[in-house]
Amino acid sequence: MEHQQTCSSVDIAEADEKLEKVKHAIEQFKLMKGALIPVLHEVQDIYGFLPEPVLQVVSEELNLPLSEIYGVASFYHFFSLTPKGEHVIHVCMGTACYIKGAQAVLDRLSTELKVPVQGTTEDNKFTLEATRCLGACGLAPVMTIGEKVHGRLVPNAVPKIINEYK
Amino acid sequence: MKLLTDLDAIRTLTQSRLDNRRITGASGESITFRSVMVCGGTGCTSSDSNTIIAALEQEISSHGIESQVEVVRTGCFGLCELGPVVIVYPEGIFYSRVEVKDIPALVEQHLLNGKPYDKKIYEKTRHGEEILSFEETDFYKKQVRIALRNCGTIDPEVIDEYIASDGYKALAQVLTTMSREQVIDTVKQSGLRGRGGGGFLTGLKWEFAAKQNKQQKYVICNADEGDPGAFMDRSILEGNPHSVIEAMAIAGYAIGANQGFIYVRAEYPIAVQRFTKALDQAREYGLLGDDIFGTGFTFNIDVRLGAGAFVCGEETALIHSIEGHRGMPTPKPPFPAVEGLWGMPTIINNVETLANIAQIILNGAEWYASIGTEKSKGTKVFALGGKVVNTGLVEVPMGITLREVIFEIGGGIPGGKKFKAVQTGGPSGGCLTEEHLDCTIDFDTLTSLGSMMGSGGMIIMDEDTCMVDVARFYLDFTRDESCGKCTPCRIGTKRLLEMLDKITDGKGTMEDLENLEQLSLQIKNASLCALGQTAPNPVLSTIKYFRDEYMAHITDSKCPAGVCKSLISYEIDAELCRGCSLCARKCPSDAISGKVKEPYVIDKATCIKCGVCFDVCKFKAVAIV
Amino acid sequence: MNTIKIMIDGLETEVVKGTTVLEAARDQGINIPSLCYLKGVNHSSSCRVCVVEVGPRLIASCTLIAEEGMKILTNTKKVRDARRTSVELLLSDHDRECLSCSRGGGCELQTVSNDLNIRKVTYTGEQSSREKDYTSPAILRDASKCILCGRCVGACGTVQTVGAIGFAKRGFDTVISTAFGRSLAESTCVNCGQCIMACPVGALTEHENISDVWNAIADPGKYVVVQTAPAVRVALGEEFGMPVGTRTTGKMVAALRRLGFDKVFDTNFGADLTIMEEGTELLSRLSSGQNLPLMTSCCPGWVKFMEHNFPDMLDNLSTCKSPHEMEGAVIKSYVAGKLGIDPQNIVVVSIMPCTAKKFEGAREELSHENMQDVDWVLTTRELAAMIKEAGIDFANLKDEAFDNPLGIGSGAGAIFGTTGGVAEAALRTVFELTSGKPLDTVEYTVVRGMSGIKENTIELPDGKQIRTAVVHGLGNARRLMEAMQRGEKSYDFMEVMACAGGCITGGGQPIVDAKTSEKIDIKAARAKAIYSEDEAQTIRKSHNNPFIKVLYEEFLGEPNGHLAHELLHTHYTVRSKY
Repeated sequence: MEHQQTCSSVDIAEADEKLEKVKHAIEQFKLMKGALIPVLHEVQDIYGFLPEPVLQVVSEELNLPLSEIYGVASFYHFFSLTPKGEHVIHVCMGTACYIKGAQAVLDRLSTELKVPVQGTTEDNKFTLEATRCLGACGLAPVMTIGEKVHGRLVPNAVPKIINEYK
Repeated sequence: MKLLTDLDAIRTLTQSRLDNRRITGASGESITFRSVMVCGGTGCTSSDSNTIIAALEQEISSHGIESQVEVVRTGCFGLCELGPVVIVYPEGIFYSRVEVKDIPALVEQHLLNGKPYDKKIYEKTRHGEEILSFEETDFYKKQVRIALRNCGTIDPEVIDEYIASDGYKALAQVLTTMSREQVIDTVKQSGLRGRGGGGFLTGLKWEFAAKQNKQQKYVICNADEGDPGAFMDRSILEGNPHSVIEAMAIAGYAIGANQGFIYVRAEYPIAVQRFTKALDQAREYGLLGDDIFGTGFTFNIDVRLGAGAFVCGEETALIHSIEGHRGMPTPKPPFPAVEGLWGMPTIINNVETLANIAQIILNGAEWYASIGTEKSKGTKVFALGGKVVNTGLVEVPMGITLREVIFEIGGGIPGGKKFKAVQTGGPSGGCLTEEHLDCTIDFDTLTSLGSMMGSGGMIIMDEDTCMVDVARFYLDFTRDESCGKCTPCRIGTKRLLEMLDKITDGKGTMEDLENLEQLSLQIKNASLCALGQTAPNPVLSTIKYFRDEYMAHITDSKCPAGVCKSLISYEIDAELCRGCSLCARKCPSDAISGKVKEPYVIDKATCIKCGVCFDVCKFKAVAIV
Repeated sequence: MNTIKIMIDGLETEVVKGTTVLEAARDQGINIPSLCYLKGVNHSSSCRVCVVEVGPRLIASCTLIAEEGMKILTNTKKVRDARRTSVELLLSDHDRECLSCSRGGGCELQTVSNDLNIRKVTYTGEQSSREKDYTSPAILRDASKCILCGRCVGACGTVQTVGAIGFAKRGFDTVISTAFGRSLAESTCVNCGQCIMACPVGALTEHENISDVWNAIADPGKYVVVQTAPAVRVALGEEFGMPVGTRTTGKMVAALRRLGFDKVFDTNFGADLTIMEEGTELLSRLSSGQNLPLMTSCCPGWVKFMEHNFPDMLDNLSTCKSPHEMEGAVIKSYVAGKLGIDPQNIVVVSIMPCTAKKFEGAREELSHENMQDVDWVLTTRELAAMIKEAGIDFANLKDEAFDNPLGIGSGAGAIFGTTGGVAEAALRTVFELTSGKPLDTVEYTVVRGMSGIKENTIELPDGKQIRTAVVHGLGNARRLMEAMQRGEKSYDFMEVMACAGGCITGGGQPIVDAKTSEKIDIKAARAKAIYSEDEAQTIRKSHNNPFIKVLYEEFLGEPNGHLAHELLHTHYTVRSKY
């Protein structure tokens, strides 16, 4: 119980710190025309996704209806309205990767992780996403896990790579 | 603030550094200084080129030869297939797929003892015993690098190196000696057409905007490279960012704008970081900001990140995105040159287009117009990808044939497979066949064949590629990327995809094929923006050139390429099966049964055709039938 | 005037510069179909139904500005095929249960589909969102009927600046949605219903209460009293094919009796009562100087808008209940006593031009002794539907008069239905109350008219200056409120109506399709009818309404007195901005 309390006070402090960062970012962009998307980028950088309560703060500060912010956030696939797993796997589905078998790699990941594409594993370890061209066509087929790029993939390589992150 | 004389001084000071990065014909011990160029493009960075640089630096310092070697992280060399790539000057030795563990030997053998490190020398540079410079390989020989100039020869993060290679000379020339009209005239005369897909005359676009009598105008650089399979814009931003900044300032002067924006994909972190750094440097030198070169001309550039919407490559959608809205296109007219960002005259040029500008100013319109064909001037960068030996980025003069690019530069099809099709223009383009290989590459020829230049993606397909599946792939993309505003694109692309799904699922009818064509034509005619107007091209071109494949799916329930899952099944060849049981253990649907050391059998009713058995079998006993 | 020449289908025509091709063609009698275009509300050129051929391209004519020498073809195979395809595609993603759709017959998609001779939907497949949101007491949304034209978004966001709904997601998954896909009831929707008025199909409708009212009427234990707002009588006729601006007061009363209501009262009486209370409140605030400006509270859309967006200014709202709520309270107290009926057995039904009144009717604070002041609110459209269901030949009904005692309303009460009406009615009374003698002119034309914000300074007989602002349309209201917050504006009295033109164009009124609304100035025509209703009354001032006098003498005592406060006044709730 005590432990939990400490945790929550840490959480609160962290939450405050994050919110401060958001407010700072908003201050920075507020007077700029078209501030919304840069602000959303900042929020996603800070939280890893776009939490609704934070978007309410954005709504208040930028004087934009929340519905409009939701409309923008849900339009762009780079933005996520739900939290993601610890490791986000992006499988490039650009043409070069597709022609070289990206679908099979994606399917294999889905089978191995037991999640559908765009889904997050039950243990919140992995989120599996199909993504637009990552521009590393020379390494096709390619996926990224976090910042790390894995290229020239074959489905059989999948289990081993995933194990590195488990 | 730097004045013209300051830039000259920088040039003099830095020139010698650049001179070292040339192939001189010298070899062995006569060389006293070497430049080791390590590709720092996204492709090579992905395969650890940063670690290689660190290892190089460490080895060099441990040998105490820092004064005889420089290590430079450059932009993309183009031959991504072989990455990470390291080139050593002045010999021009090209090392491919270098690994960290190669570095000690490479440093010792080549940099210390003057003998190329044999293990990682690019095969194609071997000529008997002799090792040729990379420039003599098929991949590089036919290329003409204008837009990709400096990519691979300078450190993109060092502005002095850009300045030393004639950087900001064109801006100086424009601001001090040319009128706005002269600049526009030069660009018009050069015949430069937009490299982002539209192919509109750049000079004409500038002229429209210049004519607008408004106080505020904008220059936007469209770096929302969306074509899945094209990455030239990213490479330019990573390898030569100042060329884009310089061109934007020139454009600003020409049309009367003092504010620029670059709209770049957030998925390109390296490009964003290098470009932002370049902006800082340019500001620090006074090459951006107020009173550039003391001429009274002011120009600033801000970076805006895209957020994952292909449609934002469309001019009006891009504008709305910068304005902070959903990237939904609006009708043209009014054209952005008249009514663009926040209602003000705006020109939007693609990265590659802009990368040509400074060279056009410096070398003259005639020089540029002398390259290429009558209506398509200059060069075009292509991203070669798919089933081709040399995957990578190439810049070729317009008018070159598809065959030259695919088979000479690209090295043909790997694995002894047969060429089937080449796709240009990305999701807006079409698939061309064997019979088109000798057609020239230019805007109008490609369009007349039912494809288009697009932004320069060039995907090669071999006999293992199903063309119906390719059409389905592109439609899946456009359906996903449609903004959803106009009816034909929003619902039409969905219906096209559904019909294609039906066909690849083996349930298609002749009526579907007819409807597919009909609806495609209507979507082209009636859609609001270029995304919808071109979305059906992959369908129409594959129906036109690969109708027999569609027919095979519909009438014979066969996928000739063996790709479409519903039309194939997996079988275990009892002769080849050793009964190792690996497939049975890996099968996610428990469809494989058998006894160890005896042939296994797949139950077709339970098989979900995931292909895991095919992948894992070490004896090639699993076959697609 | 600056004109240009263009060629439409080979015929040269001269049009004013700035005219769209759609307007130019329609002026020539060429009926170009359209769906997403709604003048002043939505110019997205997204449905692609109005395309015409200009050069090699098909261009949406609704947003294409005609240019000198432009050659336009409106009826080629290419044009027809493109239009048909777009409509077919819309139909392929549309719940085509037209026979039981509330917009059946009046649906613009249905009309266009018929006009284009579409007999078959060639391309079929999965349908996008089929979500239905029935949570709001006022407005229902049915995504399976939505064609994503965006007209509602224009009405809610651009015009009203409520921004409760907007486009969300993208591509085939695009939906019109509240923030985070919440239910409308949990959103910032103010229930004004302008989205319904903008919707070309049946995707947005009022929350129907017709069967609730039929049930009450059929219940022998219930005494069902109906009252009608002033704006209903000048629009109801349209539902029966009468020209816009026809006054049908007598027929309406006759129809209500035939429907089976036990008493037919006039909300104009409640309006007069409101003036007594609000006028008194104004005078007292003017003398105390507190909570100025006094803002009218008759309009429930405006009230909820304030609760969401300007919660720190709720004290400025008049504490008066809206007229029909006051009337409901009086019916269930004074009238019940007079009639000798247990108020628990009285059902009060209000016929309103308004969807927000449905939400207002359900507000907990608008009740007394556990009885809602008003039990059911029906829109003008629902009333018309009931009349049709009952088989009443509305057009040939003989005029009948309201029942007493709450059947007499003054002309001042009648003009509540249009913008400036409440202000004018209040001025008529306040002026006379302060001067203590009858007024020569009753018409304050300065507060009339359709400009969005009307500012005036009016001098009362005692020399006091009242700075008034009359605002209609919530977008205008927001602009004014923000100007006040910035300290740029200040007033003593503000009349605000949520809908452009006031209640006459409320969200419960007969829906006028996009084309008709281009041709006819609906607001002006209905407002004219309202003013002629006023002129036809012998009593033009609220305080001269004889039953008002009786009510105070016999029951309420003084305006703003103790009982009046208990029955006729209310309070407001701070609501989330999100």
